[in-house]
Amino acid sequence: MTRILLLLALLLAAPALAQVGDTTYRLEDPALESRARAVGRELRCLVCQNQSIEDSDASLARDLRILVREQIAAGATDEETLRFVHQRYGDFVLLRPPVGVHTILLWATPFLFLGGGLAAILLMRRRRAATGIGDAELSAEEKARLARLEGPPPP
Amino acid sequence: MSAMSPSRRRVLVYAPLAVAGAAGLGFWAMLRGLQDGSFNPRGVPSALIGRAPPDFALPEVEGAGLPAFAASDLRGTGRPVLVNFWASWCVPCIIEHPQLMALHREGVPVLGVNYKDRPADARTFLGRHGNPFARLGADQPGRVAIEWGVYGVPESYVIGRDGLVKWRWAGPITAEMMPELRRLLA
Repeated sequence: MTRILLLLALLLAAPALAQVGDTTYRLEDPALESRARAVGRELRCLVCQNQSIEDSDASLARDLRILVREQIAAGATDEETLRFVHQRYGDFVLLRPPVGVHTILLWATPFLFLGGGLAAILLMRRRRAATGIGDAELSAEEKARLARLEGPPPP
Repeated sequence: MSAMSPSRRRVLVYAPLAVAGAAGLGFWAMLRGLQDGSFNPRGVPSALIGRAPPDFALPEVEGAGLPAFAASDLRGTGRPVLVNFWASWCVPCIIEHPQLMALHREGVPVLGVNYKDRPADARTFLGRHGNPFARLGADQPGRVAIEWGVYGVPESYVIGRDGLVKWRWAGPITAEMMPELRRLLA
């Protein structure tokens, strides 16, 4: 039983060892390689569109991984490497779109919705207070009608 | 909300209808765009539009008997040209081919970039389907394609009279797109 459990645990752990693509294009220097990986995770694979180039097995993603490593190995900074790819593929290649005139609506949408919701709640509360809904007193006439409907108090 | 005026109530009743109508109109526009090729939901806007093509020089495809080309061949041509990235292993390229042949027959300079292909396969493809290319370069490592921002084959670019990139299409050029493309290449 323990053996089967161990086997199952090992099977479940297998994906942890899985690596995308071949490892031929790793940089020797672990510091440079980790920088290259961080840059690669910022870049969208344009073929699969919802994965970074580090996560994708597409051939273009592989080419871009190599390109990023070449740039890093040649002494480019992370920003320079990102800019190199950005210049060729445009904003879409960046998984975190830059804040700019054409993307401001995208970035502002959550705040616009939150602000709109808060404004709507405030407006409704203010109107309710103005019309007195909720805490209006019954008029004498209404009180008499209520008493009539309720009938005489039980003995 | 007993104090709501009848006109406000009517507005509220029609508001969802108006939203649904607007959504329907947008959806119709998208479907129409899908049909004539002006809208591509998976399309990535090119960073090259309005800019000069990148600097590059391609070798020729061995044995194809066609001159290779470089960035300088796209400047001062006096007329718009079409640059087409393709490969013999690319299935949509077969769908696109008759349209390229038609443009070639109409006298449009079509410049081909053979992407990550074997020269023999490229030659066989052109032998079987015909050659629409005035010039043909080989990009076996796919590096020139990256310079252009190509993310798949087929992909086509119209370079205007001024030598700047006017239009880009990722995917096969279909027969429905031809009127628009002819206008761009006129």
